[in-house]
Amino acid sequence: MTSAQAILNGDRLALARLLTQVENDSSVGREALIELFPHTGKAHLIGVTGAPGTGKSSLVNQLALHYRKVENKKIAIVAIDPSSPFTGGAVLGDRVRMRDLAGDANVFIRSMASRGSLGGLAQTTANLVQVFDAAGFDLVIIETVGAGQSEVDVARLAHTTLVVEAPGLGDDIQAIKAGILEIADILVVNKADRPGVENTEKALKSMLDLAHPTERIFQHHGTAMRINSAPTQGKPASAQKTSATPIWIPPIQRTISTEGSGIDKLADCIAKHAAHLRSSGDWVLRERTRLEVELAALIRESLMKRFSENVSPNLYEATLQKVIQRNTSPWEAAQILLKEM
Amino acid sequence: MTDKKIRVLVAKPGLDGHDRGAKVIARALRDAGMEVIYTGLRQTPEMIAEAALQEDVDIVGLSVLSGAHMALAPRILELLKQNGQTHVKVFIGGIIPDEDLHRLKEMGVTGVYGPGASTEDIIRDVKVAVES
Repeated sequence: MTSAQAILNGDRLALARLLTQVENDSSVGREALIELFPHTGKAHLIGVTGAPGTGKSSLVNQLALHYRKVENKKIAIVAIDPSSPFTGGAVLGDRVRMRDLAGDANVFIRSMASRGSLGGLAQTTANLVQVFDAAGFDLVIIETVGAGQSEVDVARLAHTTLVVEAPGLGDDIQAIKAGILEIADILVVNKADRPGVENTEKALKSMLDLAHPTERIFQHHGTAMRINSAPTQGKPASAQKTSATPIWIPPIQRTISTEGSGIDKLADCIAKHAAHLRSSGDWVLRERTRLEVELAALIRESLMKRFSENVSPNLYEATLQKVIQRNTSPWEAAQILLKEM
Repeated sequence: MTDKKIRVLVAKPGLDGHDRGAKVIARALRDAGMEVIYTGLRQTPEMIAEAALQEDVDIVGLSVLSGAHMALAPRILELLKQNGQTHVKVFIGGIIPDEDLHRLKEMGVTGVYGPGASTEDIIRDVKVAVES
């Protein structure tokens, strides 16, 4: 039996060992991914991101508890922490906050080091998620490294992205900058028992008001067509029978992870978002984008491989020297080398 | 690119709440280029074995200062075996009397470290244990 078959049969040790192969991007891992791919596409992928210390791990812990107790779903958690840029080592501490989930055979937590990747995920996180998807987990929660402003890769991977904020972390100017807040499908104000929660919520709300006008103008047969929609928070705009896709306005949900308050409402928001993705066609669109990005990356990788196999190092070095001496431009040099392929 | 890293679980079984040693070891192994998963305090042997399985670690480091090592270590070794993780090595740090040292090694513990042990020795031993 291949490891892929063992995983489809629910073998947890085989799953753990394959995850390592996939994380290391070994040939064994790649073969298994090919075998598992037809079984993927069923899980709801939920991304959780936010600044360090906003309480992502504790929130994931509570969310997973909720899904186990209330909805009896099978849950995988991929938690990413940074690798040291100097030694390549890492201390992965997300499990410390997830101790409530121990002893439940329907929860599988896997810690991952970022291994030099900068977008908030590791290079092979998407592949790990595919393995969990194939293994029959209903939900895969992806917790990013503590993210600053531009670690936005998770939005390309997940169906639903939660951005976790906490009181006292910056003002309304932070909130109108591009980046991490933009990718939120749901905004979570965690540690809501802390002072300043109203201000944080207000800043986020005003950011949303600026970003999501209630009237959108679409170009239709060359003439501007006005569509009035009055979206309310957390609900898609009234589904009028027009060519407009309903607008999702990210709801803002307060939580206190340490005591579990607000978690059921947050799970509600997540369910509503999933329903919205499916009814609006965005689910398919996101899948398409994700797989397209993945395909492009794989093509790039094998083209580079073919390039280094076909272009002699001597020619490469000689051409590079010409560029350094300003005899050939980099653009011409690239053309010359590509002709060798 | 294949990038094989040594994965270590650093765990605190039992009831003592002193984790300075565990954190020092976690940090030292990190600085030696390993990926260290830290479990936090007051873990049962079941929780530790489960974490070792999910994380597919190569070796488990136990920090015990409560004196309960002769109850905790054999149980964890047994659970690892039950889960099919016979290849996973175990080392222990803490307050371990000399007379227990031998028995722990007989059970299959690869290293026992008391106060004052050098982190360089531990790093070297971990590498040797994982590669054997």
